[in-house]
Amino acid sequence: MTTMTSTHTNPTTATTPGADAPISIRAAGFDGFYGSFQALKSISLDIPRNQVTAFIGPSGCGKSTFLRWMNRMNDTIASARASGTLTLDGEDILARSVDVVDLRRRVGMVFQRPNPFPKSIFDNVAFGPRLHWRHSRADLEDLVEQSLRSAALWNEVKDRLHASALGLSGGQQQRLCIARAIAGGPEVLLMDEPCSALDPKSTASVEDLIRQLRTAYTIVIVTHNMQQASRVSDRTAFFFEGSLIEAGQTETLFTNPKSKQTEDYVTGRFG
Amino acid sequence: MSHAAAATSSASRGTPITRSSRDRSERLVKSVLLSFALLSVVTTFSIVAVLGIEAWGFFTGFPDKPGIGLVPFLTGTEWSPLLGGEQKFGVLPLVCGTLLVTVIAGAFALPVGLVTAIFLSEYAPPRLRMVLKSALEVLAGVPTVVYGFFALAVITPALQRVSDAFGTYNALSAGLAVGIMILPIVCSLSEDALRAVPQSLRDGSSALGGTKFDTSVKVVLPAALSGIMASFLLALTRAIGETMIVALAAGGLAQMTMNPASQVQTMTGFIVAIFTGDAQANSVEYASSYAVAATLFVMTLALTLAGTAILKRFREEYE
Repeated sequence: MTTMTSTHTNPTTATTPGADAPISIRAAGFDGFYGSFQALKSISLDIPRNQVTAFIGPSGCGKSTFLRWMNRMNDTIASARASGTLTLDGEDILARSVDVVDLRRRVGMVFQRPNPFPKSIFDNVAFGPRLHWRHSRADLEDLVEQSLRSAALWNEVKDRLHASALGLSGGQQQRLCIARAIAGGPEVLLMDEPCSALDPKSTASVEDLIRQLRTAYTIVIVTHNMQQASRVSDRTAFFFEGSLIEAGQTETLFTNPKSKQTEDYVTGRFG
Repeated sequence: MSHAAAATSSASRGTPITRSSRDRSERLVKSVLLSFALLSVVTTFSIVAVLGIEAWGFFTGFPDKPGIGLVPFLTGTEWSPLLGGEQKFGVLPLVCGTLLVTVIAGAFALPVGLVTAIFLSEYAPPRLRMVLKSALEVLAGVPTVVYGFFALAVITPALQRVSDAFGTYNALSAGLAVGIMILPIVCSLSEDALRAVPQSLRDGSSALGGTKFDTSVKVVLPAALSGIMASFLLALTRAIGETMIVALAAGGLAQMTMNPASQVQTMTGFIVAIFTGDAQANSVEYASSYAVAATLFVMTLALTLAGTAILKRFREEYE
């Protein structure tokens, strides 16, 4: 498969993906806990900028938990705590001093089930921008249009921007949630099984979108679907029982895994 | 029978229950259940019918006296059925008194109840939430006569300390007591509506960088708005129909006023006065209470229907 270069969106970054690519999120010796249960065990992983990194592994392996630490969504769970290193562009994500509101503007998230607000399509997309900046109406309209165009939804909704978002189909709703996530201008997009509630046709459209978006965003996607991981991602990380077993170029991981466990999982022998 | 007995080979199974006896008992159960269900329907319709018939008599006329007429009743601005001299049956002063008390109660209970509901649903830690909810349940269980007493014994003296304008009976004191009475309704129904908003919407908002306040006010509150509106309407219906508090604390003088310091008579207050006073049965003033009750019924029915309709729409909003 082809690997994306990032030259046209970020000319300062290197054009070769892989180990040399600039790092967006870096974890080193990262441990995550729920109460006394250790959900993540000493994870060390670099997530390169402007690439799609897929997290795969059986249910309960910690991949979604790890994702939710990257924008501190686990803050809402009283028993959740973490130690070790987790950085975004070299800045500590876990520090007490981190402005979580600003972190979440920089690290957008798309959830398993589409969760549009019961508002108009326009107000859904404008929600993030309105939280963080004061815009003129015209600027806001531009921003909403750009975001919907980036999410490949503009043509379908441009005539009904002020209709309820709940009237959209499941796939459209999920693309709306992606538009909503990118409207705030994030660097990173976290996607937690974004297609698991969608039919195959909608899944295909969201996957197309993910491939387009990596030119502008660093994307981390959790998926149960290994075909999906191989279709959309540049790099894949395999988690098992809270540990990172193996990470590398997607093609390599699927065709020539180093670990026996990875091989068993990707060939469908368990999980 | 013999056929069925032959089919049961083992004697220890006893006499078989035949299909016809099964059907008989099923029919019996069904008719008992139906008659109980009909009882409540018949009761309701009887009440409405009695109200309607008696009110009709009041409007169209009596054997010895002409009727008052629907239009003079609904548009008249003087209500003096009991005083010596000319009797006047314009219901507007009673409607005005009812509305004044309801507006005061709503102005207190709706904002306070809604803010409390938001706190309970979005902010309160589980233990505090439990304590506050049980306090509200206690409040909901207080008999209304106690609220009436509270208005006379506590609220009115407090108001009188603030201003000389307040008499022993005044609309503000009664209105505030009614407000306290409907507070648990607003609060618990609004809280139900807020908690019914899916957690995924709260997650969506905080993942976009929304603070707890952003999430509560910009996402959860609008999503629960129709449920909140329904709670408002149901609470106001209770306020309009509330009797004991206003009978004790609002006074007995029907007048067209929006001054909260003055005494007012509400529709319910008048009905109590007629039935506990010495109005003669079959007199015009006695019949007028039916017309007032019918008017009250139409008003509360309209609000209840509106509340139910809104609540239904709200249920359809999510899945």
